[in-house]
Amino acid sequence: MSPKLKVLRRVSGPPPIKGFRPYGEATNHRIADPVNLLYEEYEALRLSDYERLNHHQASVVMGVSRPTFTRIYARALQKIASAFVEGRQISIEGGKIFFDSDWFRCADCSCYFNNPEKDKPVEQCPLCGSQQVSGFEMEKTSGTRPSEVSYDECVCTVCGFEIPHQPGKPCNQEICPQCNGAMRRKKVLEFSHQKKS
Amino acid sequence: MKAAITSTGNTLDSLLDQHFGRCQYFVVYDTDSKSIEFLPNPFKTMEEGAGYSVVQLLVSKGVNKVISGEFGLKVKPILDSHKIQMIIIKDPNKRINGILELLNHY
Ligand SMILES: [Zn+2]
Ligand SMILES: [Zn+2]
Repeated sequence: MSPKLKVLRRVSGPPPIKGFRPYGEATNHRIADPVNLLYEEYEALRLSDYERLNHHQASVVMGVSRPTFTRIYARALQKIASAFVEGRQISIEGGKIFFDSDWFRCADCSCYFNNPEKDKPVEQCPLCGSQQVSGFEMEKTSGTRPSEVSYDECVCTVCGFEIPHQPGKPCNQEICPQCNGAMRRKKVLEFSHQKKS
Repeated sequence: MKAAITSTGNTLDSLLDQHFGRCQYFVVYDTDSKSIEFLPNPFKTMEEGAGYSVVQLLVSKGVNKVISGEFGLKVKPILDSHKIQMIIIKDPNKRINGILELLNHY
């Protein structure tokens, strides 16, 4: 088989836990054989049933086509169902995903850095401590190479209308100028060569 | 806080190594205790998966920041999934002692 191009799906952040363990009788012998929920399956479930987006909106957020989203989502449900019915653990790990973290630049020491703790705002440079930091867009197609070109856009989850992303301003605070729908960050998909799917 | 800096050599005046996965040494710096450890990169000649192995090694050392000249497309999601912060210095003339000085604001 020739190497296939595999799309990396966008996931807003890793889940807060590594998995679930069943309790009650007749569960212990199953503990060694967990059901593996992939990050993208966790994310599909989170967007659809926790954030309550419809499949179209959720597919936009994850940067995949709607049929692909539906497939990922169906797999998530099927895995959770078998864990429940068969009394198996669920481990949440792996998957062809990238976590989305914003990049910043320090005007004092001229370093670039990302913010893996998305919940905490960036207040200072992690290298020199300067507060002269501003948002910066990394070129998505060549790893973490700084680029003046912005690929990011905010996209309306209702009508698909796109506006350029303003660094430092979360897209989900933007309102669609067309239909007043909720906006989300849209990312150009990343590709990577994977040996096997 | 522990930072790993990619280094071309095992002395404080070595230059920052521009490659993350295939650097010569990692300098693991503990900003609390100010301890410095030079770690030869055992994966620098590995043909594939060097980035993955390097991240596992750094995770086992408790590193939560990595400083290098560039991070590849494959290693970035691995670092992100461990919530390790990436810092990029686009200056091939930067030396390890200069970077440690910057970090000492902590
Ligand atoms: Zn700085
Ligand atoms: Zn709209």
